[in-house]
Amino acid sequence: MSTSFALQHKKNRLYYALLAGAGLVVLLALYAVDLMEEKGHIITGMNNQIVWGMPHVFAIFLIVAASGVLNVASIGSVFGKAIYKARAPLAGLLSIAMLSGGLAVLMLDLGRPERFMLPALDFNITSVFAWNTILYSGMFGLVIAYLWSMFEKRMNVYSKPLGVAVFAWRFILTTGTGLIFAFLTARQAFGSAILPPMFVVMSFAWGMAVFHIVQMVIYAWNDKELEPEILERKKRLLGLFILGSLYMVAVYHMTNLYFAHRMSFERFILLDGGVYPALFWWGYVLIGNVLPLALIFMPGMKTKKSAMMASLAVVLGGFAFLYVFIIGGQAFPLDLFPGYEVSSTFGDGKIGSYTPSIYEILLGFGGLAIAFIITTVSVHVLNFMPHDKSYIAD
Amino acid sequence: MSVSGVRLLLLLLISLCIPNVWADQSTLPYKIDIGRGGHCVRDPVWMRKNHMHLLIHQRDLTVREGKPNKEIDLRNCVECHASTKDDSVIARSDSFCVACHRYEAVKIDCFECHSGIRKSAWLQRNAK
Amino acid sequence: MKDVQRRNFLKTSVGLAAVTIAPGMLLFKVAHGESDDNSKVRWGMLIDTSGCTNGCRECIDACNKENGLSGGLAPTDSQWIRKIEIKDVSTGHEFGLPMMCQHCAEPPCVDVCPTGASFKRHDGIVLVDKHRCIGCRYCMMACPYKARSFVHEPLHNQNPDVPRGKGTVESCTMCVHRVDEGKQPACAEACPNKSILFGNLHDPNSEIAKKIRAVASTQVRADLNLNTGVRYQGI
Ligand code: SF4
Repeated sequence: MSTSFALQHKKNRLYYALLAGAGLVVLLALYAVDLMEEKGHIITGMNNQIVWGMPHVFAIFLIVAASGVLNVASIGSVFGKAIYKARAPLAGLLSIAMLSGGLAVLMLDLGRPERFMLPALDFNITSVFAWNTILYSGMFGLVIAYLWSMFEKRMNVYSKPLGVAVFAWRFILTTGTGLIFAFLTARQAFGSAILPPMFVVMSFAWGMAVFHIVQMVIYAWNDKELEPEILERKKRLLGLFILGSLYMVAVYHMTNLYFAHRMSFERFILLDGGVYPALFWWGYVLIGNVLPLALIFMPGMKTKKSAMMASLAVVLGGFAFLYVFIIGGQAFPLDLFPGYEVSSTFGDGKIGSYTPSIYEILLGFGGLAIAFIITTVSVHVLNFMPHDKSYIAD
Repeated sequence: MSVSGVRLLLLLLISLCIPNVWADQSTLPYKIDIGRGGHCVRDPVWMRKNHMHLLIHQRDLTVREGKPNKEIDLRNCVECHASTKDDSVIARSDSFCVACHRYEAVKIDCFECHSGIRKSAWLQRNAK
Repeated sequence: MKDVQRRNFLKTSVGLAAVTIAPGMLLFKVAHGESDDNSKVRWGMLIDTSGCTNGCRECIDACNKENGLSGGLAPTDSQWIRKIEIKDVSTGHEFGLPMMCQHCAEPPCVDVCPTGASFKRHDGIVLVDKHRCIGCRYCMMACPYKARSFVHEPLHNQNPDVPRGKGTVESCTMCVHRVDEGKQPACAEACPNKSILFGNLHDPNSEIAKKIRAVASTQVRADLNLNTGVRYQGI
């Protein structure tokens, strides 16, 4: 008895230490934002060629994963699978946490963050960005209502329709995120109709990976064992999602290769663009796909460890992919005069250079820390632990 | 406390709520350099309370609709009210815009982008 | 033309969808969707590149001076107008031209701006309303001409006629403050060869309209169907 008490005590201390650590990261991020406010974006690595940088990599990862993690809830609510249903609350919570973190980063990176409410007041209907503000706030509301319907007995009847609504909404939301890039028709890297579905499929993989990580940590924290069958099934599902997103990325690059004027861009991003191809092949393809796929599908792997490793690798790969996609996509110069060689004082015809500064990285980690704090505190005070009845095949 | 005492107290409290901009200039509790001053486009007491509405309304007309107004123009405000000493409405703590805004603790957003200097002086300073 | 129609169709359908999502605040905007194809004035420029000899930077210097730009060339410095040196790889033919905001009739920056800070005046000039700009830089991503700059540092001592400030996006204004006073943009005035012809594209009797009818002119990235207000001759 006394040992478990001592253990509990130790855990409590660890809990507060972790919270304090995350709080510190948030404070550092706020400090960075304050400095950015005072000195301007000059202290970041962003410039007139690379206008979106590290903060956007973090923010978009968080937002896309926030949508994907709801997959777990959807499979439970919409398709009525019990093991997923038991995990729906945790999925909803993670979604809200990551959405908050991602949006905070996006907002604090604005040139005039104090005006962040303006899109809601002066709404421009042709702007995908503006729709996204509706999509994000709607998602917040829906997921909160959904959580409530699961926790509150009297609301249980609404749980199913709300689950369906969340299911639909998150599809539109990730489509909207993809559209932000898809509408940039003038850029070789973006402006492709494949981007929205690509983001949707990627969100499945990233969300699932994040869910795995959190779930495993929670189980370990509570000294519980996740039933190996459940883990095995979810691991396989993650594997499928990874394959799916790899396929979408392949199609995206293939279609680009099909357009003659995008060939040089593909050459740049896949072959001779220095850090970008390196990150793409080593970071995204190898760490983000090959490694987790091997961990998942190779026979004889220890389920628990390999699932954790695979999930972490997927997250890392996701970041690598976004870095290449967002920043690499901008580094390649716009083609104003196809077929001609151009040069100017404003970077025409030249690969843009970008070195992320510590401040924007701090801001990005601040977003992660916000998501971490929301998750940890909620799991601590509310009952988000999945409760499985003994394993039911479904 | 008698009824009249309560009344007096209430009156005092209410008067505290009246923003200072309503007061006559002679009673302004801070120092202010009104520059050249002169005849304003509206009554000065009205202006003290409402200048921002005038400016915001006109700014949309000027910027978005391309209908500038000869009279209501931030540059004109600066022209009359920039200090005769340093040609600015924002340079010192008793400069025209700063003095009141500091007292009322309202942030001025205009001069991050707009020049707070009289144009003639700016031209002189920036002549090559 | 087909593309423009498609874009308009997209706008309306999107508009309808948006109205159903958030009624009230949007209806206003839809009702206001101006069609200014029949506006009496559309300011534009015709640039004759044959005069833009290597090394000539008069228009750029004039722009910097007029608009109070530092003239710095770091990737974080604003450049509203720049000289692009172009070489035809197959023939070796070299020439140059000034590149700036093309003041499109269908500006992508206006389409994407979440707050409506990026807007087109009824006379065709595309501007950033810095009172509304939140500095998201989406317009910079959308612009095919790399015409926009983000103000990366606090500014001081701006020209009283040209407000600019940290955290907002800016670009060529066609010297709107001069145009409104009946003057020419600074670059057009400064060009020693009179290579930049400024005028009203919608007035059939204006010099620019006549010349555009008479000579072959080009839009940069004409494939995007943006109907630019700045046209080039000799490329
Ligand atoms: S940076 Fe400013 S002008 Fe550009 S899209 Fe964002 S809010 Fe609009």
